[in-house]
Amino acid sequence: MKLGYLSLRNLSKHFGKQTALQEINLDIYQHEFICLLGPSGCGKTTLLRILAGLEKTDRGQLTIGGKDITSVPAGKRNFGMMFQSYALFPNLSVSENIAYGLRNRLTKSQIIDRVDELLGLVELNDQRDKVPAQLSGGQQQRVALARALAFSPDCLLLDEPLSALDAKVRVKLRREICRLHQQFGMTTIMVTHDQEEALTMADRIVVMNQSRIIQVGAPNEVYERPNSPFVADFIGAVSFIEPDGGQQGNPIMAIRPEHVQLVREGQEKGRQGIVREIEYRGTHYRLVLELLDHQDAPRQQFLTVDLPTQDMATFHIKPNQKVTFSLLPEHIIRFDTVSNTSIAVG
Amino acid sequence: METWLKRIRPNANGWSQNGFILIMMLILMFTILLPLGELLIKAVSNKEGNFIGFANFAKYFSTPTLVTSLWNSIKVSLITTLVAVPLAFWFAYALERSGIRGKWFFRSVALLPLFAPSMLHGLALIYLFGNQGLVSTGFFGLLPEFRIQLYGQFGIVLSEILYTFPQAFLILSVAFASSDYRLYEAAETLGASKWRTFWTVTVPGTKFALISTVVVCFVLTFTDFGAPKVVGGQYNVLATDLFKQVIGQQNMQMGAAVGVLLLIPAVISFAIDRISQRKQSGWLSAKSLPYRIEANKTRDVLLFILCSMVSAVILSIILVAIYGSIVKVWPYNLQLSLSHYEGFLDGAGPFVNSLLISVGAAVIGSIVTFMFAYLIEKSNGHALLRNAAYLLSMLPLALPGLVLGLVYVFFFNNPNQPLHGLYGTIWIMIICNIVHYYSVSFLTVTSALKKLDSEFEAASETMNVPWYRTLVRVTLPMSLPCILEIFMYYFINSMVTVSAVIFLYAPDLKPAAVAIVNMEDSGDIAQAAAMSLLIILANLIMRSVVMLLSGKMRRRTEALLVKKDS
Repeated sequence: MKLGYLSLRNLSKHFGKQTALQEINLDIYQHEFICLLGPSGCGKTTLLRILAGLEKTDRGQLTIGGKDITSVPAGKRNFGMMFQSYALFPNLSVSENIAYGLRNRLTKSQIIDRVDELLGLVELNDQRDKVPAQLSGGQQQRVALARALAFSPDCLLLDEPLSALDAKVRVKLRREICRLHQQFGMTTIMVTHDQEEALTMADRIVVMNQSRIIQVGAPNEVYERPNSPFVADFIGAVSFIEPDGGQQGNPIMAIRPEHVQLVREGQEKGRQGIVREIEYRGTHYRLVLELLDHQDAPRQQFLTVDLPTQDMATFHIKPNQKVTFSLLPEHIIRFDTVSNTSIAVG
Repeated sequence: METWLKRIRPNANGWSQNGFILIMMLILMFTILLPLGELLIKAVSNKEGNFIGFANFAKYFSTPTLVTSLWNSIKVSLITTLVAVPLAFWFAYALERSGIRGKWFFRSVALLPLFAPSMLHGLALIYLFGNQGLVSTGFFGLLPEFRIQLYGQFGIVLSEILYTFPQAFLILSVAFASSDYRLYEAAETLGASKWRTFWTVTVPGTKFALISTVVVCFVLTFTDFGAPKVVGGQYNVLATDLFKQVIGQQNMQMGAAVGVLLLIPAVISFAIDRISQRKQSGWLSAKSLPYRIEANKTRDVLLFILCSMVSAVILSIILVAIYGSIVKVWPYNLQLSLSHYEGFLDGAGPFVNSLLISVGAAVIGSIVTFMFAYLIEKSNGHALLRNAAYLLSMLPLALPGLVLGLVYVFFFNNPNQPLHGLYGTIWIMIICNIVHYYSVSFLTVTSALKKLDSEFEAASETMNVPWYRTLVRVTLPMSLPCILEIFMYYFINSMVTVSAVIFLYAPDLKPAAVAIVNMEDSGDIAQAAAMSLLIILANLIMRSVVMLLSGKMRRRTEALLVKKDS
């Protein structure tokens, strides 16, 4: 296996009796944008803090560009980190906060220039003398970002940077982080529990659950070809379907709601279901169908379907109405092996 | 070996910080743990230092007069608690939960006794109910005589109520101030009556504060020395017994045994308090609504009468003490003069000694307390040592002043002790006062530090900024109001305390509070009152100055801590 720029080998971490991470192996390439995605408590923040040097690992090795940094202290790693709470110093002004880590690295005049540059970059030039409490959440977040970028770190680590913001600001800052990443190309690792954030921002997503890495891949890869029911269910909506034989046991096929098509009754090869729930979502309706068996009896099995809003009228959808649908065969997700650890859904 | 090296937390800041943690541990050991150990050893040994088990205690319990004083202590403490807690409860309720007028005035009056040495209440009671008292003689013959048996149980209880009331009031008013109004709204929508709401929402909401108040009142009374010394007469309690055993009879072993007895309720109450504190968390959340006071005329009138009466008593105590201190010869020559105050401000008098001790304790105490709280709360090395240091920092909370003074005598007045040189100097009194009031100050700083983002240290670590720079540039400036607060706390308490330093002072370094006890002993009531008032005055001036400084600072730092949502 090709060694990455930043390479994690066999990391594991325990807090007392609790396992936080086990057998973490990951290679991150230079200039990559990586998202660590997983439900809360899966160990993603611990992994980020180990990368930053704020926690030590119990076992394993961490190298950057071939150099072992497992026991290098946080300050000597040249990693910039942005904290979930931002950790902006409340009594220092915006420019003092940004200059905080520069004192031992640059001369006074260089610091002034660098701070100016960063303030321009995050568009906070006219806020430079304010203290954090005078800024909005989005502005605080940008100051934190500028502070982490100030000393041109080799790696930028972001711990749920957008979780404290409201939806509109969040989308705007998402773009801003991507823009900065493209402009400077620093290797970036971001922790998030928001799958939409991961899908839109990352070059590659690392999906974690229960202290392990479950799948690593490009956003479309993890969305279209999840390697386990957990990943399928955690990223996007999905319905698990039993094979036609009706065997009991693990579901080994799944389908996304947008890949289920309603068809006119009487058409070939349609399956039948009853509409149980209708949810309006603006561009589409989300329906939950209960499947019917060959004798038209409900099977206690449910399927989620997304139906474009304009099709609602054509199909005359009403609650408890019978409909016919078909599954797009090329979009059916199959799990060849189902391991027990990955089946649990968080 | 290599894996072992990797296990050491990679931390550039570690070595210097770990050094400080070790120094802190040593200081805590030498000022708290080892002296306390000395007391326990003394209590189970004889004069020659041989182990004799519980013989000292057996002797104690077979001496009828000594057992009587144990019972007296318990009785006095119980009665005081039974009176002071309900008074404080309704007083605090009136100020936090009713619409009465003059809250600012009532609050100031209620807290006034905190600034006075506990002997002052006894002195004032003598002026009111003593043989020549204002009330006893019917205002010098204007009214019929009204005599009560002041000296003894009655006097002690009265004086202890005055002493414990402000403390109880403080705890309860914090509890009343922090309530969740949503619970009251819920009770109202569910149709509960006012009375039922009181018993199902108000009382459970203040339950832990009430437990804490009961415990504090009991222990304060149980271990107080000032009041029984002044108005106790022939009525012996444990605290005065201890004094007599150690100072009067030089019986250190028996003194140690009495000291351990004094320690017992304090330790039990400490445990109760810790447990209830732990259970209490989670009662309030960030979404809690502040209490809204509804109009209720009857309630307000009743509570106003109560507050006025309590305030009148406290004020009359202070006023009669002032009057007594400026009258030439009570009750024969009622001309006013300042003769009793003469010489108090001279260079080497007790009052100046007290000022020196208190400033010393306040300056050193606030610096040390802040550093210790910072190291325990914010550093990241040596989790085990820091936990031990935290426990040691809580320990003085369970140490009554009298016991603390005693263990310091045992520990430092020992020629083989490396720190023996401190004994008999002003430093031993400063150290003793710092330790005496350390736990409360430590908790104050700790809770202020907890309000600061715990990631500050991690953030500066990733930026390769040493820990002490973040401490000086961020943590310290943000904690200044709280540091000023503990500065004041150390100063005021060092001015009024008598229990700990009474064993420790050198003859040429007598503090003012001890001088009050001596003056009262030799019958100079007026001088004692004058000295008490001087202490109050010094404390009030200090408080006004600090409040002026910290008020502005607090508003500024609190504004910095506001988090915007979007």
